Amino acid sequence: MKQFLLCADALDPQQLMQELSSHRAGAFVSFEGRVRNHNNDRAVQRLQYQAYAALAEAEGERILREASEKFAIEHACCAHRVGTLAIGDIAVWVGVSSAHRDAAFACCRYIIDEVKLRVPIWKNELYADGESGWLHPDNTPVDAG
Amino acid sequence: MKYTLRYFASLADQAGCAEEIWETTLSEPRALYAELSSRHGFTLDASRLRVAINGEFADWHRALADGDEIVFLPPVSGG
Repeated sequence: MKQFLLCADALDPQQLMQELSSHRAGAFVSFEGRVRNHNNDRAVQRLQYQAYAALAEAEGERILREASEKFAIEHACCAHRVGTLAIGDIAVWVGVSSAHRDAAFACCRYIIDEVKLRVPIWKNELYADGESGWLHPDNTPVDAG
Repeated sequence: MKYTLRYFASLADQAGCAEEIWETTLSEPRALYAELSSRHGFTLDASRLRVAINGEFADWHRALADGDEIVFLPPVSGG
């Protein structure tokens, strides 16, 4: 089963969650990243996400594999939208099931943090004033090799 | 050498296309990015990019082969 999904259509948490259920799991934790109506004091009308699909899926799967090795979990899954999203839409969803809650919380946090850092997906913000801008965070310069 | 270049996000905007075939004598990603920057006016410095060759992250000094698909990846902003 693929654990990392790029989706052109709306994410359905109920459906994604079903894949993670297990009688061994006493805990289930999920995270939803949603489109908010502002960023850095600018009014945002909608977002576009673009992905380098082949590498995004490969790197996403690597993160999920690492997560399964690092934490005592049953199942984990992450789905990320591409295309145009409206305010309030779910941009990214992470779900983790585990026997006990500590592993599920920690693993969920690990997955979303690594996805934001490593998976080749880019966000274009479309502002209320008609301008737009691709976000290329520069707080951590990447290794130039 | 002939490469397939794919562009994403601000690099695609600056190149004015999502993909192009590029012929050059260069065979190292770092030199290739410099050549493309002067052609397309890329504003992102190479130090902020990663490079992918044929769908996998690669080293900036790796020798390129004819027909390779090369992507210069701007800092990501998913989630």
